[in-house]
Amino acid sequence: MVSLVENERALSPESDPMLPSRYQVRRVRRENADTFTMELAASDQSGSVLFAPGQFNMLYVFGVGEAPISICGKTRNGLEHTTRTVGTVTSSLGRLRRGDVVGVRGPYGSCWPLAEAAGRDVVLVAGGIGLAPLRSALQTIVAQRPLRHRVTLIYGVRTAEDMLYLQELERLRDRGLQLYVTVNRATGSWRGNVGVVTSLIPRVPFDPLNCVAMVCGPELMMRFSMEELIKRGVPEQRIFLSLERNMKCAVGFCGHCQFGPEFLCKDGPIFRCDRIRRWLNIAEL
Amino acid sequence: MRTVVGAHCDAGDFVVIEREGLEELSTVLRADGYKLVGPRVRDGAIVYDEITGAGDLPAGWTDEQDGGTYRLHKRNDDAFFGYAVGPHSWKKFLFPPVVRLLEATRRGSDFEVKRSNDTAPKLAFVGVRACELHAIATQDKVFMGGAFVDPIYAARRRNTFLVAVNCGHPAGTCFCVSMNTGPQATGGFDLALTEIIESLRHYFVVEIGSPAGARVMDQVEHSVVTEAEREAARGVVARAAGMMGRAMDTDGIKELLYRNYEHPRWDDVAGRCLTCANCTMVCPTCFCSTVEDVTDLQGEHAERWRKWDSCFTMNFSHVVGGSARHSAKSRYRQWMTHKLATWIDQFGTSGCVGCGRCITWCPVGIDITEEVRAIRESENAGATQREDMSHARS
Amino acid sequence: MQDLETIVVHHPFWQNLHQRYSHFLGECAGTQHFAPQQQIFQTGCEADHFYLIERGRVALETPFIPGKGVMIIQTLEAGEALGWSWLFPPFVWHFGARAIQPTDLVVLDARFLRQKASEDHEFGYELAMRVGNVMLQRLQATRLQLLDYGQPR
Repeated sequence: MVSLVENERALSPESDPMLPSRYQVRRVRRENADTFTMELAASDQSGSVLFAPGQFNMLYVFGVGEAPISICGKTRNGLEHTTRTVGTVTSSLGRLRRGDVVGVRGPYGSCWPLAEAAGRDVVLVAGGIGLAPLRSALQTIVAQRPLRHRVTLIYGVRTAEDMLYLQELERLRDRGLQLYVTVNRATGSWRGNVGVVTSLIPRVPFDPLNCVAMVCGPELMMRFSMEELIKRGVPEQRIFLSLERNMKCAVGFCGHCQFGPEFLCKDGPIFRCDRIRRWLNIAEL
Repeated sequence: MRTVVGAHCDAGDFVVIEREGLEELSTVLRADGYKLVGPRVRDGAIVYDEITGAGDLPAGWTDEQDGGTYRLHKRNDDAFFGYAVGPHSWKKFLFPPVVRLLEATRRGSDFEVKRSNDTAPKLAFVGVRACELHAIATQDKVFMGGAFVDPIYAARRRNTFLVAVNCGHPAGTCFCVSMNTGPQATGGFDLALTEIIESLRHYFVVEIGSPAGARVMDQVEHSVVTEAEREAARGVVARAAGMMGRAMDTDGIKELLYRNYEHPRWDDVAGRCLTCANCTMVCPTCFCSTVEDVTDLQGEHAERWRKWDSCFTMNFSHVVGGSARHSAKSRYRQWMTHKLATWIDQFGTSGCVGCGRCITWCPVGIDITEEVRAIRESENAGATQREDMSHARS
Repeated sequence: MQDLETIVVHHPFWQNLHQRYSHFLGECAGTQHFAPQQQIFQTGCEADHFYLIERGRVALETPFIPGKGVMIIQTLEAGEALGWSWLFPPFVWHFGARAIQPTDLVVLDARFLRQKASEDHEFGYELAMRVGNVMLQRLQATRLQLLDYGQPR
């Protein structure tokens, strides 16, 4: 027989990368009008609760389909996923209740550069639901923050009602997080910032030459945030973005998530800015 | 008498079988439990399908191919392999166009889920061209070369016996020489045949490529190859190499395309492209797929199917809000730059093996070699112009 | 206590301005404190001052819109410039501004600035470029805001 490509993993039935494990919904918490957080715990031994902040799982709803959802936290029993209902699968996820079962494959993808962040100021820039993939990184970074380093979150939302994790962010602020929230629309009763996150990047205090920036949100927002960070003096090698594309398999087979030479599922979703900056500037890539 | 039956063969050996030996080889493979698949004439084309033996091969047929054109003609000899590649490729056997991945059954608020048992039949591919061996190796990297292995592909691949054929009849759309993938099969096969038709003799020089190939040849009546026969075989391939209908200059092609994501030629080709996805369906390396989830009417039983997909469809790049590649231009550009440029970064090789299928089966005859040439020449013309201007100034 | 001239020229708006203009700027400047909710200027009124924010937060707002109330367009903070209608005829504020935190402003007399700019084109160029840059950044931010970052609904 012809010798096959090396690195063939053991092909026991359980190694099928497309086979989900069953996880039970332990809790559903509504975050805002169209966003909710689900706590999932493995129904059997096969499910993993190990993940690195920034990675995602493929969540399967019986008979409906799969969607890539970032893992936004860990509880004693399982994993948390914050989801916005935008499509068929996420809407079905939104109808699940405590005790229901979902299929889970993962965790997949690259993670936020926590090791690199140690010993530096950290600036997180989040837009809307983009805070979810940053949440567990934020928790870890604040918990491990040495006193001399600043941890800053610049968080932009459409309106004040769209904010995620409000109480939790306030608790993190008490533990040293520099929190800047800005909304796109506000009525006269709003006392906070109005405007886009990019307007705050030049204003907030951090050391651009000794910081790590992590950006997650709509692509347009990330592109402009990246340019503002660079303008402020942050080296491209220390700016990280989390991209989003269509995904069917999450393991590099289906081809859907290609972004130039990158597969978002296995090379990303988190990329160092210098690796993808040129591709971000190509329309309809 | 040179004929030796039952003499021991080794990988790396060259032996000779006569015309009738092909049927004997088929019989031995079938006796070994292999189902044979190979070229046969159907619906006016040479397709890959189940065959029972040499008798089903398109003996005496040839093809004529050009951009958007494919015709079968009778040959004036009985050659078994006197044509180039048709609309099918072997990928349909290794990476099935439609396959069930999972089955799930509801149990109250819970469900059971198991992978579908894909039967990986023992298949012997008969008549695999050098370009196609490269295509298989290319898909091996996609489905088995990374951190994850596709169990469906891997099981099928492991059960495959490859009988290659050194190509003696390239088509008008072929450019394997440019892509360094043919016409000589240089590896990745169990057996490689070179078909030689002389006025009084029709025979095959057989290169044994693997121990499995050697075990099969042990059971087929063969003779030791003579230098004249090997020379004749080399001649077949050398003539074929000179008959390429197309050529592509691949020098620095990745950089060329990376420099030209914004180029008027993409608009030009988009004006012709119907985004029909034919090129991706006939391409032997295209590997994109989608999944479909279905349930029975009661919603008690669910299945997940994988189907071939194409980057030419609007849905392919659907993100929240719409398609990331809306224009035909961006979709053609994705396909061609993937094939010839980004693939190199992803898998270390080109995604194009020069088989020419995308040219033949494009309903409007878009020619990937011509598209590359147009972009390259525009750069050269630009450079010449700039040079002229600098001369004029000095 | 810093003198007015020092405060004015140290505001980021005037960063790297030639010092020969320092005295002039000091001459035409004053400071003003605004309590939360206090109006700084109103839509339709004469734009006769240019403001530089020293401390606090200011909201640019629309007039009252029936059914919506007053909408905040953008907030500005210490280090930023407030208003440009004073530089262009007919010198009338298009939107209103209100302090939403205790706010200290440097207030420059717009007539003096316009007069100086028309007499001394070098100063005029400096002023126009700086105001232009503020406008550019606000326009870019407003575009992004208008698009909701391009986030699909």
